[in-house]
Amino acid sequence: MNPVTHEDLSKIKEETNSKAGKNWISVGLSTCGIAAGAQDTFFALKNEARTRKIPFEVRRTGCAGLCAEEPLVAVAVEDMPLVTYGKLTKDKVGRLFDEHILGKKVLNDLTVKTQDSKQMRIVLRNCGEIDPENIRDYIARGGYLALAKVLKEYKPEKVNEEMKVSGLRGRGGAGFPTGIKWEITRKVEADQKYIICNGDEGDPGAYMDRGVLEGDPHSVIEGLTIGGYGIGATRGFFYIRAEYPLAIERVEKALKQAYQYGLLGKNILGSGFSFDVEIRLGAGAFVCGEETALIASIEGKRGYPHPRPPYPSIKGLWGKPTCINNVETLANIPVIFLKGGKWFAGIGYEKSKGTKVFALTGKVKKSGLVEVPMGTTLREIVFDIGGGAAKGKKVKAIQTGGPSGGVIPREHFDTPVSYENLQMLGSIMGSGGMIVMDEDDSMVDIAKFYLGFCVDESCGKCAPCRIGGKQMLGYLEKITEGRGTPEDLDKLRTISYAMQKASLCGLGQTAPNPVLSTLRYFENEYKEKMAR
Amino acid sequence: MTSEEIGKIVDEVVAPWENKDGNLIMILHQIQNRFSYVPREISFAVAKRLHIPLARIYEVITFYHYFKLEAPGKNIISVCLGTACYLKGSPELIAALKKQLGVNPGETTPDKQFHVQVVRCLGCCGLAPVLTVGQKVYGRVTPQQIPDIVAEYSPERAAQRN
Repeated sequence: MNPVTHEDLSKIKEETNSKAGKNWISVGLSTCGIAAGAQDTFFALKNEARTRKIPFEVRRTGCAGLCAEEPLVAVAVEDMPLVTYGKLTKDKVGRLFDEHILGKKVLNDLTVKTQDSKQMRIVLRNCGEIDPENIRDYIARGGYLALAKVLKEYKPEKVNEEMKVSGLRGRGGAGFPTGIKWEITRKVEADQKYIICNGDEGDPGAYMDRGVLEGDPHSVIEGLTIGGYGIGATRGFFYIRAEYPLAIERVEKALKQAYQYGLLGKNILGSGFSFDVEIRLGAGAFVCGEETALIASIEGKRGYPHPRPPYPSIKGLWGKPTCINNVETLANIPVIFLKGGKWFAGIGYEKSKGTKVFALTGKVKKSGLVEVPMGTTLREIVFDIGGGAAKGKKVKAIQTGGPSGGVIPREHFDTPVSYENLQMLGSIMGSGGMIVMDEDDSMVDIAKFYLGFCVDESCGKCAPCRIGGKQMLGYLEKITEGRGTPEDLDKLRTISYAMQKASLCGLGQTAPNPVLSTLRYFENEYKEKMAR
Repeated sequence: MTSEEIGKIVDEVVAPWENKDGNLIMILHQIQNRFSYVPREISFAVAKRLHIPLARIYEVITFYHYFKLEAPGKNIISVCLGTACYLKGSPELIAALKKQLGVNPGETTPDKQFHVQVVRCLGCCGLAPVLTVGQKVYGRVTPQQIPDIVAEYSPERAAQRN
């Protein structure tokens, strides 16, 4: 097909929206949905519609975030409100047709609430709403209009400026202002620059990026392209972990469609700007989420980190200036340019603007992906949205930031979420894992679990991380086996500080955090395990 | 494999990545997708084809958890050891698998039917604890279910299916 123009995008948008039928069923087909049997539900629904000869469109969507309720099915019948059903396994399909579609009666025992006044969806705006494998669905919701606007009206300098106004900070964990990162990369003179989407979501217990890549891949492609234009890069990469086959497949399909529509490739939308994107896969190494290690991995080497400076913005992939942004960061970009940086900066709290997606999991009633404005309190997330602990149990603490983060006990749950606040509590924002723990969970075990993970994943290049981690793990094993002494706690602290100060990269520098934060709040649990 | 077969396979996996910078990991992914591991003779041939030392290939294979040097057995059981799964009892699943199959994570049963491994987060935390057999994902698994899950993939059952 011919490359689309700015006007074509608006036309496709109108066309797709006006053609949209009033009778349809959508099924959430992402990894978690499929694991819960959504694929079977999807085929059963199609079959049922066919055999009963009811002209009903059965659609595929991504993850709506309510993982605990999968398979999720939304049903639209003309003159009836949109209804979402949870745990709609294939055996319930017949009943759905009998009662809802033919009988026009809602199955009240199966409905789930999808709207939540505490949540605000910017990053997840399309997840669970559109077919991620159909670019027209994305365009129908204003997709690629931000790119068109930027290419037509903005100089790269202005792109950077708008980003700085928005106050968006990196969602991969460190929280570096995205606008400044782009500006630094833009200002370096080079014959070639690169921009990379970091989809190496390694925090065990977090899947925000998977949700976005599976549910709305075009939003990330659009964000990456705008970023490429803003920094002067003509090539972009998706670095996605190999453990996410469906995310990889959906991004592959989305890239193909974007090329077909002329939204990638040469002379995009007649602007003269050309941009190519390809996918590179991770291969199971947590350290590759660190940007210098990630670059080494894309270069086809061992994922060893390098000391910074030089920062990748100056000297990155194949020695060229490179900007690396996380999936969630990039998914925010199109909205920022459609609604304006000022609008975005109006959402949030202090120096943390916009929203944050959390993967709320562990001992919580309603686990899933939640997106809240920065400044929402931890209590609101865990109790109002997540429903608190299971019946008869009491929430003891949450853990954020995965192996690089720390625990936050319940007495601090009234803290509003921001990069600074979480750091003050001894944890970090991290990429968005939020694990709820109840009274049955031992904090020493948790610390040991995370440390064991970091010891496994240490690349071994620098001694503080390689040796320090192993030694700390030794002490933790000693303590959990009941052979610990009070001096061991001092040793743990000493090694922790050494690792924080002397490790080469973020993995080693932050690996002691789970131990330090559990020691800070739950030293009594360590002491209870001591030898008597 | 004959050298002709090896040559053909190497041509196929290298072709899409010929002359692309940093192609080695992507080539290894394709090899592993075909064989479930990276056979030594293929590594030899790839080294020759790409004009790189064999050590370059092995340093990459041994760095990344994903690549295997030995055939892992017919069915790969991956137990998720992400934080949510850990809290919700995946260590008990590993113990149940050990009881059922007699192997630890990273090992293959003597009859080469099952390979057990742990993985760090499959991203299905809402269904914790999770394990996969091949591509199939099992959510909210209890240790009591392990014998049934394993039985689904036993040679007898596979024969019945065919």
